[in-house]
Amino acid sequence: MKEALLTFLAGLLFGAGLALSGMTDPSRVVGFLDLADDWDATLAFVMGGALVVFSAGYFLLRKKCHLPGNESESDSVSKKLIIGSILFGIGWGLGGFCPGPALANLAAFQTEALIFVPMMAVGVFFAQRFCGVDK
Amino acid sequence: MPDSHINGLLGGCLIGLGSLLAMIVSGKVPGISGVFGRLLRPSTKDKGWRIMFLSGLIAGAFLLFQISNDAARLIIPEGRNLFVFALAGLIVGFGTRLGGGCTSGHGVCGMGMGVKDSIVATLVFMAAGFVTVFLFNSLLLAS
Repeated sequence: MKEALLTFLAGLLFGAGLALSGMTDPSRVVGFLDLADDWDATLAFVMGGALVVFSAGYFLLRKKCHLPGNESESDSVSKKLIIGSILFGIGWGLGGFCPGPALANLAAFQTEALIFVPMMAVGVFFAQRFCGVDK
Repeated sequence: MPDSHINGLLGGCLIGLGSLLAMIVSGKVPGISGVFGRLLRPSTKDKGWRIMFLSGLIAGAFLLFQISNDAARLIIPEGRNLFVFALAGLIVGFGTRLGGGCTSGHGVCGMGMGVKDSIVATLVFMAAGFVTVFLFNSLLLAS
């Protein structure tokens, strides 16, 4: 019960952070990815803040809290990782949505999110069904 | 520093804190695409914390949307209709699971832990994002 509440609180912090940071606004994300005009640097500040806090916490608490290790699965980077990340980047640039903000915007009943999220579930299903991921 | 950058930094810290707390409680790397993706598999046993984390995420965004007009500003970039969002959703779902993570799983958690794969993945999806926006804007919007 306590764990469930703490996980809900973790999600609450995450979702509030996404909305506060402006990352739920697709025009801000696309504004970062668009180097051609009037560059919006906000996303870099969000990543920076998140990385500093998460990284500091991880390395301080890694042993004490038995956190997951940080070894890569193999020496070479897999083809799946590269192809998957290219595809993700394309989809990200198209809509300005990555999974977190798309889910967060369900809270605003935003039409784009209401279409994006079920389609994202379909994409996940295809990857799991035909590419053997998430086993 | 403009307000948007300060809010970005503060919001980013909350995202980092939420990810850290979720990792401590679950013992897993709490990337959103993985938390969401594994929920869809019938064989996943630890669905409880995934549901709690994602409902918390939606509730947290809901709260902010209510109290802040800035946060509630959700503008659709030029030229992106609902078909584009449908296609983008499909590609993002497929790509993040094939690549093993998204902006949070690779970009925040994996990079923050110093995982080599995640650093590579983040550089790759960032580059693909820059190229996509450039092509979309120059080919589709210019015409």
